Amino acid sequence: MNATRLDEEFTSSVHIYEPHRNGLPRLRPYFKALWQRKPFATEMSRASIRADNVNTFFGQIWQVLNPLFLACVYFLLVMIIRGRGNSFDANVERFVHLCAGLFVYHIFFAGCVRQGASSVVGGGKLLLNMSFPRLLLPLAEVRTAFVKFLPTLVVFFVILLGFGRPLHWEVIIAPAFFLMLGMFAAGMAMIFATMQVYFRDIGSFLPYMVRIWLYMSPILWYPDDPINTLNDAGIPEWVLHANPLYSMVGGWSELLVQGHIPEASWWIAASSWSVVALVTGALFFMSREREFAVRL
Amino acid sequence: MTDTDTDTTTSDPAVRVENLSVMYRTTFEKVPTFKSALRRVGRGKREVHEVKALTDVSFEVDHGTSIGIIGSNGAGKSSLMRAIAGILPPSEGRIEVHGRVSTLLALGVGFNRKLSGRENVILGGLAAGMTHAELNERYDEIAEFAELGEFIDMPMRTYSSGMYSRLAFSVAVHLNPDILLIDEALSTGDAKFKQKAARKMREVADNAGTMFLVSHSMRSIKRLCSQCLWLHKGQVMMQGEPEEVIAAYSKFLEVGEDAFTLDDM
Ligand SMILES: Nc1ncnc2c1ncn2[C@@H]1O[C@H](COP(=O)(O)OP(=O)(O)OP(=O)(O)O)[C@@H](O)[C@H]1O
Ligand SMILES: [Mg+2]
Repeated sequence: MNATRLDEEFTSSVHIYEPHRNGLPRLRPYFKALWQRKPFATEMSRASIRADNVNTFFGQIWQVLNPLFLACVYFLLVMIIRGRGNSFDANVERFVHLCAGLFVYHIFFAGCVRQGASSVVGGGKLLLNMSFPRLLLPLAEVRTAFVKFLPTLVVFFVILLGFGRPLHWEVIIAPAFFLMLGMFAAGMAMIFATMQVYFRDIGSFLPYMVRIWLYMSPILWYPDDPINTLNDAGIPEWVLHANPLYSMVGGWSELLVQGHIPEASWWIAASSWSVVALVTGALFFMSREREFAVRL
Repeated sequence: MTDTDTDTTTSDPAVRVENLSVMYRTTFEKVPTFKSALRRVGRGKREVHEVKALTDVSFEVDHGTSIGIIGSNGAGKSSLMRAIAGILPPSEGRIEVHGRVSTLLALGVGFNRKLSGRENVILGGLAAGMTHAELNERYDEIAEFAELGEFIDMPMRTYSSGMYSRLAFSVAVHLNPDILLIDEALSTGDAKFKQKAARKMREVADNAGTMFLVSHSMRSIKRLCSQCLWLHKGQVMMQGEPEEVIAAYSKFLEVGEDAFTLDDM
């Protein structure tokens, strides 16, 4: 690691580099350095957001229009597949539910995974010429995705209130589900970032995976929809939780749209998935990160 | 990332390299892909190509020494710098570094071409572990030294390669490192900037800083370095006085010294 005055309080300025086996770095100094260089991740994410919408006014408009178009397209899709014949209210509810799920999935979660996956490979020169905890790269992308997600949250509430849907007090619990989703997304970003170093074409598989995962999550359908079918077939309900996003995205939408607090099993599923993903992702990434420089 | 705390005693050299070997692992394909991995599994083959950039390199550099590293293309000079900076893990051997390291490796030191020079300076500094306060304090100095004028706020893709290296050099010397690693950063600078950079490097050297200078210009090595290390195909051929090492190197190349006096730095 580049030793600079910041690190000195904690580590002495002596560094010893020895052959590495795919082992983990020593965790305490690693996380200390990670914490100290948090401003780097923040600045990295800020700079990339700035570079993305150079044309600020239309850049901002686009941030709002893009998810709206997306929601309309998917709503149309759902309407065509299901056929019409629902009441106006039911359609509105479906549209609002779709917006809640789609924005958090497509803008935040998919953004984390897609950008996070290319963060290391795209870091090229930075990785070859600087030494810092590489975990900062996918984490910076998580922050970027979060900042891009915020305006869509405003759009969502405008839609919710504009269609005359009530604002439930349970909305204040929703951030808990968002946090779990964020941890899960960070873990996924780390895993895919590592994998992309070894397999550069992961990037071209990701869009399909993102699309399929979208269909498998309760966004275009309600979390309750499959339960009857499952019961008829004699399959226990918990298989739904095999998809981590079932509880996370489902819980988020239930709280925002219905004001319905998810049952305990959802909390357990979501929190265990998020912790497992984050820990696995971080350990996998860290055990490989010293090899990144020789592999790029 | 394997910083081990040990007591610094004054007798320790700035950098001690023991039996260092560094290996790159690449695949024969231009880029490793999942598809090709599957195909390879199908054929039951592993096509990992190992490039040994350094083999059994040992040397010591004392505090306050400026050491020049010479050698032909592909000799492993840049790889050695990266290993000392802790970027490339050794595959064998051990490196001990006593002091803060600042790296100036090749061109475009970790720079993102979409961002402006200013943003890159800030990012580079933060990645090296500086705080915002320290950077603000030193930013003007860095910008002034690089002499880029209004280009400092333009995206770096609009820079010429000389402008790149000016900024890179400026950042590296202003990080106030104990050990400065410079890899061919000046090859594209103009005559005026080279002079200025040479003065700055002298200053670093005079302030008892330790400096590694990788260069293909024998003249600048002679002017700036008190020691010289000659690498060939990943192995140390010779270490010693610049004059002697350079003479041996030139003889080895069977080219008269005159060939090198043309490129001043
Ligand atoms: N990223 C990489 N992947 C695989 N092999 C590499 C990589 N970088 C360098 N090498 C190999 O390592 C060896 C040493 O390269 P290095 O860049 O250290 O040489 P150098 O002395 O800096 O050369 P130059 O004078 O051209 O800068 C070369 O054989 C090169 O092919
Ligand atoms: Mg080189």
